[in-house]
Amino acid sequence: MKALRNLLDKQKPHFEKGGKFEKLHAAFDSVETLFYVPDKVTTKGSHFRDAIDMKRTMITVFIALIPALLFGMWNIGYQHFLSIGEQPDFWTMFFYGFFKMLPIIIVSYGVGLGLEILFAQIRNHEVNEGFFVSGLLIPMIVPPEIPLWQVGVAVAFAVIFGKEVFGGTGMNIVNPALTARAFLFFAYPTDISGDKVWIAEKLDSFSGATPLGNAMIGDFSNMPSAMDMFMGTIPGSVGETSTLMILIGAVILLLTGIANWRIMLTVFAGGYIMGLLFNLWGANAYMEVPAWQHLIMGGFAFGAVFMATDPVTGTQTTKGMYYYGFLIGMIAVLIRVFNPAYPEGMMLAILLLNVFAPLIDHYVIAGNIKRRLKRLKALTN
Amino acid sequence: MSAGTKEREPLFSAKNMKLIKTPINLSNPITVQVLGICSALAVTAKLKPAIVLTLSVIVVMAVSNVVISLLRNGLPPRIRIIVQLVVIASMVILVDQVLKAFVYDVSKQLSVFVGLIITNCIIMGRLEAFAMGNKPWPAFLDGIGNALGYGIILIIVAFFRELLGSGTLFDVQVIPQAFYDFGYKNNGFVILSPMALIVVGVIIWVQRFYTRELIEDN
Repeated sequence: MKALRNLLDKQKPHFEKGGKFEKLHAAFDSVETLFYVPDKVTTKGSHFRDAIDMKRTMITVFIALIPALLFGMWNIGYQHFLSIGEQPDFWTMFFYGFFKMLPIIIVSYGVGLGLEILFAQIRNHEVNEGFFVSGLLIPMIVPPEIPLWQVGVAVAFAVIFGKEVFGGTGMNIVNPALTARAFLFFAYPTDISGDKVWIAEKLDSFSGATPLGNAMIGDFSNMPSAMDMFMGTIPGSVGETSTLMILIGAVILLLTGIANWRIMLTVFAGGYIMGLLFNLWGANAYMEVPAWQHLIMGGFAFGAVFMATDPVTGTQTTKGMYYYGFLIGMIAVLIRVFNPAYPEGMMLAILLLNVFAPLIDHYVIAGNIKRRLKRLKALTN
Repeated sequence: MSAGTKEREPLFSAKNMKLIKTPINLSNPITVQVLGICSALAVTAKLKPAIVLTLSVIVVMAVSNVVISLLRNGLPPRIRIIVQLVVIASMVILVDQVLKAFVYDVSKQLSVFVGLIITNCIIMGRLEAFAMGNKPWPAFLDGIGNALGYGIILIIVAFFRELLGSGTLFDVQVIPQAFYDFGYKNNGFVILSPMALIVVGVIIWVQRFYTRELIEDN
């Protein structure tokens, strides 16, 4: 580590004002900040000091994602060997999945960070940690067999049109990771939906449909047991299958206060209540799926814990968070049950509410102002 | 104005040429005024319909501009909008019939969008803003210029959408089969309308990057 610090210190003068690579200082900063905490602090004006900065926020989310990621890697292997009828030991399965996942993660980070540094260089601002979490989220919400070039294109689209055109990290309207997934979903539907893509290198005779895929075509006889869906030993996107691992991540996020419990709770509540309403209606088999099962199927839990709680794209007001979360849960289940084209509604529900979040905030604030004005009038009269 | 007091302006004077040039870049109907977006989204999935629509709009716009300009002094202000609409509508019906007679398949693809040229805000806007106060020749040039500015954007958008979405240009395969064998796939998202909006956005981005005077100071 010391050698690295020395190397950076030695090169630093070249990139500062007057140095020969002065123009490339944004790129240098980005490399330095990748390894060390910068020594720059605000020197004038009042400001808050807090231990939690963007670096620490991002690394906490990263840690919260690790259980689901490791489980996802093992599950890739497990599903693959299950489909070809073999039963190797734990580590064979894990490393099979690990080597499936690694290229996707490398492509995601490579393309994403490359573009971030490029934009920082052109706009002459610092590179920040904005892509750190998105870069890991994207591989976790795609099928294990996704072609790598598609990942690259989707990441580029998400970074440029989901984030940089709005002004970079913290200014984006929609969640960049979900933008990438939505792009893949609409651009290359055959590689990210159907029953062929969720298990790596499976035999053709083996059914690879996800629980949601089965439910959509009304085939409830092939549904895995609720325990399997909770533990996550089912086909699906890499990180989303295991509700248990996601809940471990949720606990980490809630204990550290990174994610807001209001949003998380109301998303689950919204999904559950919508499920109950459908149970009451009961017009077809899908509507009769127990309400709680909606919460462990597909990407519902993953979206609720890691996507909906994104502090940048969600609502900012406390009251707004309840509406925001509740609507995400309701719309996700609504899309699942009603729309035959989209087996999973979580992605679209979150993206939709991302767009509406500022509007919700606006009305919450307007309502607050109105209420206080009324109180003031009552006092002065 | 009598011929003796003022020299006749040449037909292609710098001022007249400006009427064609400005709408193509500085006051482009789509990228700067953001008008006529609807058709830019709807007909740009393939190049051929986009070009046919462009030509139709050029004809409709140039002729209606001239007609309204000729009528401008005798037009009672209270009914001017209705008269403008009648002129545009008759032109659109003419164009529609010509398309049906000579390029039936394209006319089928464009379906309702030829008829919808009537509601294209660019045309009404130019009639109101320009033809009502200018002579026929400048009005003609203004019509051509604005229709070109509109058409160029349509064609650029259609070029990228057809290339990336279908791998073809004018329905001729341009992306070699070897790419597909290697795993390349056509991008289904580009065929959908949202992507047209994003392509228009990119064009606006590039245009502003090179045209500094378009950037508002704030």
